[in-house]
Amino acid sequence: MALRKRSMGVVAVLAASVVGLAACGQSSGGSGDAIELTITQNAIAGGKNAAGADFIANWVIPKFEAAQKAKGKDVKVKFVPSGVDDEQYKTKLSLDLKSGKGADVMDIDSIWAGEFAEAGYLKPLPDLVGAEADSWDGWAQIPEAVQGMAMYNGKKYALPVGTDGRVLYFNKTLFQKAGLPADWQPTSWQEILDAGTKLKSSGVPVPIQINAGTAMGEATSMQGVLPLLVGAGGEVQQNGKWTGASQPLKDALGLYQKIYGGGLGDPKLQQEAKGRDKSFQQFAEGKIGILLEGDYFWRSVINPAEGVAKMADRDQSVGYAMIPAMEPGKGIKGQDFVSMSGGSLRAVNPNSEHPKEAFELATFTLSPEALKEETKDGNVRITPRTDVNKDILAGEPLMTFISEKVLPVTAFRPPVAVYPQVSVALQEATAAVVSGTAPDQAAADYQKKLEGIVGGAGNIAS
Amino acid sequence: MAQATSPPEVVRESGQARRYNSDAAGLGRLRAGAFAAPALLLIAVFLVFPALWVLYLGLTNYRLTGIAAAEPQFVGLDNLISAVSDPTFWSSTWLTVQFVLGSAVIGQVGLGFAIAWLLRDRQGPLKRLVEGLVILAWILPSAIVSFLWVALLDRDGGTLNALLSTPQFAPLLDHPMLSIIVFNTWRGTAFSMMLYGAALGNVPPSHLESARLAGASGWQQLRDVVFPHIRGHILTNLLLISLWTFNDFTPFLLTAGGPDGQSEVLAVHVYKVALQGGELGYGAAVSTIILLINLVVAVFYLRLLRSKK
Amino acid sequence: MTRFVLGRIGFYTLIAVLLAFFTIPLLWLVTAPFTSDPTYKVSVPDFTLDNFRAIAEHPYALPSLWNSVLLSAGTALLVVILAALAAYALSRVRLPGRDALLYTLLLLSSIITGTAAMVPLFQLAVQLNLIDSQLGLILILTGGLLPAAIFMMKDFMDATPKSYEESARVFGATPLQIVRHVVVPLVRPGLATIGVWAVANVWGNFLMPYLLLSDVEKQPAAVITYTLYTEGGQANLSMLSTFGLLYSIPVVLMYLFVSKKYGFRFHGGIKR
Repeated sequence: MALRKRSMGVVAVLAASVVGLAACGQSSGGSGDAIELTITQNAIAGGKNAAGADFIANWVIPKFEAAQKAKGKDVKVKFVPSGVDDEQYKTKLSLDLKSGKGADVMDIDSIWAGEFAEAGYLKPLPDLVGAEADSWDGWAQIPEAVQGMAMYNGKKYALPVGTDGRVLYFNKTLFQKAGLPADWQPTSWQEILDAGTKLKSSGVPVPIQINAGTAMGEATSMQGVLPLLVGAGGEVQQNGKWTGASQPLKDALGLYQKIYGGGLGDPKLQQEAKGRDKSFQQFAEGKIGILLEGDYFWRSVINPAEGVAKMADRDQSVGYAMIPAMEPGKGIKGQDFVSMSGGSLRAVNPNSEHPKEAFELATFTLSPEALKEETKDGNVRITPRTDVNKDILAGEPLMTFISEKVLPVTAFRPPVAVYPQVSVALQEATAAVVSGTAPDQAAADYQKKLEGIVGGAGNIAS
Repeated sequence: MAQATSPPEVVRESGQARRYNSDAAGLGRLRAGAFAAPALLLIAVFLVFPALWVLYLGLTNYRLTGIAAAEPQFVGLDNLISAVSDPTFWSSTWLTVQFVLGSAVIGQVGLGFAIAWLLRDRQGPLKRLVEGLVILAWILPSAIVSFLWVALLDRDGGTLNALLSTPQFAPLLDHPMLSIIVFNTWRGTAFSMMLYGAALGNVPPSHLESARLAGASGWQQLRDVVFPHIRGHILTNLLLISLWTFNDFTPFLLTAGGPDGQSEVLAVHVYKVALQGGELGYGAAVSTIILLINLVVAVFYLRLLRSKK
Repeated sequence: MTRFVLGRIGFYTLIAVLLAFFTIPLLWLVTAPFTSDPTYKVSVPDFTLDNFRAIAEHPYALPSLWNSVLLSAGTALLVVILAALAAYALSRVRLPGRDALLYTLLLLSSIITGTAAMVPLFQLAVQLNLIDSQLGLILILTGGLLPAAIFMMKDFMDATPKSYEESARVFGATPLQIVRHVVVPLVRPGLATIGVWAVANVWGNFLMPYLLLSDVEKQPAAVITYTLYTEGGQANLSMLSTFGLLYSIPVVLMYLFVSKKYGFRFHGGIKR
């Protein structure tokens, strides 16, 4: 009987411990009067965006804590690294914010601003931190277009962290063999096609790579259909109305048809799950003549020191040119050249217990000293501040090119919640054309899908 | 159910003995309840409750972000209706059926049993090598496995093309369903192999011995001695494997559902809708439909294996 | 005699085909880590150890392997113990509605592993204060795995002979003692199967640990694997392949251990 009792006891203890385990969750490590701040980015030491993570941990945090101490404030900052797929990072942020948690300062993609604001995950900065939000001296240095990324319905929701631009990269060695100039700058789509034809007849396996299809995801939109759309004078959304099966879209899809139907591109590569990775490898191996990509490609992919597809002779053999409009003057706003840009934002969590200090931390990371420190040793990127860009981009011809030539003509995606679905519909349209559907038909199918996404034909410009 | 899972001996025994047998340790209902309580408690809190929540989400327009995240609306059956009126949903369902039949029922269960049967009487390094490799394929994280298979099936430098000397053959593009079926067979055979291995171990060797002495062929031994013994395991195995395969989204890593949705099975569809599109309400509704399909499948298996009695 | 020889030949041919099928996809994992700048092509490596050096210097890579071991071992242990107890009880005592309950739980468990379940699970964890707790994660993972584990376990329990339990009872053993000393040895291969199955489920699980653990020092290797990409989402193949190789070693060791210790077949010679 005693034994039997013990056995019951074991079961009871087991049951109790399960309940007990559920009750004791994380331990709270609160300490005295110190203000504790957390900052998160989709970056991690040793992995994705490692330089950014190291910069926050090794420079920002000690310097900021020291600066606060000098002001008599005891502030402790902790970096919360992440470094995964952007969609998964977004999911985690959303879940955190929905539950009233999350880091005090967090980086988000500028394209999420609208949906986060609508969900109440972000609040206008002045509402959170007061007058300091508008009086920050950095604003004067940030171009209006870049500020626009952080705005939603006319209100500032975050600080812009930087921006980027897209260009046409080309392999000068292949160009030389095909009898094309090393300072190539096409002024119309036809000139791109002509170059492609010449490359093809000189034996280049893949003359032109412009991303298409759904497998590449947003890369198809940003490095494919959207720059072509603005080049044909269209925008995905204009004055609150979505663009359906418009002529510019048909023109953009028509270029896809000419490239992939005319043997100037590799249609199968667009369907492969790792197609973009492979396009990088192929460009680095000298198999691709012309590639539409962002400055990221130059900095992180074919970077001879630490790229994922290193090109030892990048600086000598890779050229770059602006993306031309369909024909001169045919781009949006009558432009001759076009591009697309994105960027990140640094936002203050509305759930933060110390929003003012969090905002101070955010502005601290965007001070000229911080940005210069962050971008030294080959980590150059286009910062939001013109005063800083002038200094740091000096020795970087491509970055200067993008900053001075491309950014003035660039365009941005609409920061609204349904954009990701619209983007997928656009990608599907390009996929259809690459596998043989007529552009007009693909555009009509796109319009049909668009109506379902944006809530009826009333929201589509006729 | 009890009939299907109990070995035939127990069933054949008569009333008195059976009643005594079924609770041989004298557990009694109270203590049986205490034994099951910790598991049931965990299940109630961390499974039943969130699962019912998912079913409820399927009736709303809840999204991860945007206005519908702040104030989700109850939309009733709208999600279900828009799912079943979407042709891509039906093509996904059809692909899923192929995927489950091909990779789970034929591939994993068939191959898993075959390996377990082949190696049933063996000991030593050969058995350990085969089992180890099969299990390795199962236990490697999918993030890494996807790279292995791209390296195998790639159009340009893939190992398969190198071995067969078929340059530019692109299985992932030209035969996406076949590719993910073979892939998933490779990936998941281990579970069936282990389950059948353990189950075969419970078949009394004496029974096999007497069958062999009576001149039964290998197939007859399987049918008359082994199968009745492991009938319950077969049912469980089929049920679990089908269930898991229905919900498996790893093919996404290999083909991204493409080309042009040709390998977008339902779980990949849910992943795209819920995680990439943020439409959690709709994703939950599709999950509910998957649950209903699974229910039908479970009932089908039950009838199939019970009717043979 | 010829039949025997043919059988042998057939057997070894089958085994060879099987080995090829399961080995060839793994080739990349053995060559890429030893290659500088690997691509998707399997090629003869230049036997560099730089990739391993890089992983060793990675601040989170090796500790994350330990976290994986902790999470999967904890979950497997809990799943095996709780499932064995519950399955034994359900196998021996007929509770009303038992089978319907088991099937319902099993079907619901499939929903919990789906992507759509992340919101309820996350908010539940927040409410129970289980965010950022490895223990909490273990409980949540266990809850999702238990129905299938009980289901499998019950088959093994149903198939064991009851005569030993009867005699043990006659000698005055308590039910828990009977389970421990009589039933468990009988179903050991089943327990090992379920343990390995639970480990496999946790070992590769990315989404739940990522969402529920915010402290990177608690993250398992599955999460760290996903961070070995560039800012544009391009895989760092040298790091990934190397880490993948290291990542599979604990599992191989576990398999060898389990198969040596518990994998033997029980042919106890029980006469029924």
